[in-house]
Amino acid sequence: MSAFRSAVITFPGSNCDRDMADALEKVSGNAPFRVWHGDAELPERLDFIALPGGFSYGDYLRCGAIASRSPVMRAIVEAAGRGVPVLGVCNGFQVLTESGLLPGALLRNSAIRFVCREIALSVANSQSLFTSGYEAGQQIMMPVAHHDGNYYADDATLDRLEGEGRIAFRYAEQVNGSVRDIAGILNEAGNVLGMMPHPERAIEPAQGGSDGRVLFESAVKGLVSA
Amino acid sequence: MKVRVHVSLKPGVLDPQGRAIQHSLEGLGFSGVHDVRAGKLIELEVDDSVTDDALDDMCRKLLANMVIENYRIERIAA
Repeated sequence: MSAFRSAVITFPGSNCDRDMADALEKVSGNAPFRVWHGDAELPERLDFIALPGGFSYGDYLRCGAIASRSPVMRAIVEAAGRGVPVLGVCNGFQVLTESGLLPGALLRNSAIRFVCREIALSVANSQSLFTSGYEAGQQIMMPVAHHDGNYYADDATLDRLEGEGRIAFRYAEQVNGSVRDIAGILNEAGNVLGMMPHPERAIEPAQGGSDGRVLFESAVKGLVSA
Repeated sequence: MKVRVHVSLKPGVLDPQGRAIQHSLEGLGFSGVHDVRAGKLIELEVDDSVTDDALDDMCRKLLANMVIENYRIERIAA
């Protein structure tokens, strides 16, 4: 079996990049490449790219706005277009919407409070590369930690996301005011997933749960057997 | 010359910060405030040669998020 080649991108202000790298290494058996935001090129033949959580550029202008215009993002947009799987978690999700790889935007939480706790999610799409290890409708637990996770898109976009099965996860409780309880969405081709909850913080019992591990296992299995 | 870019949330986009400001105004005893929307003011110092098209491009590519925001460009004579 060939090695699983993944990359974790670090922006100034990323703070979940080590957790993401640790999760990818533990699940795939291969340590990911660590890529700096200023790099114009990605390592060759990547199987998987992860954009971690954090507060890139101090959330200046809008969350993820500056990071989404950094040199490495041009390479990531190009790789995503070729079908390379891209996972963006929390700030990584904000970077994906700001870059145009995913539709919509993430607004300030409706209660204007930073939400940092474990929450219940339901799996809305269990057919994607990232979610094939879950059952449709399965309820899972993952931590969230964000101030701007209130997903917004216009009704036409939301209807389209729903119609095409591109909502990956929904909140099973009130968290941040997201429209239609959206916690994670896929791009049209299904190779880009953005989500506010942190699967990399739920990969082993020592972290309080391992429901997030299934996401990485799904991707590794899907890519190695592909 | 100085350019001011006014960035505001599109109508219909929920503005939790605006709502909190409104509640705070009510708490201070101000009545008759029906709605508050919070936006951003970005001031640029630019060469006179920078065209309106270039400014427009700056707004669309970075200064505003067209999914949720509108912008207005105002040139201020030096």
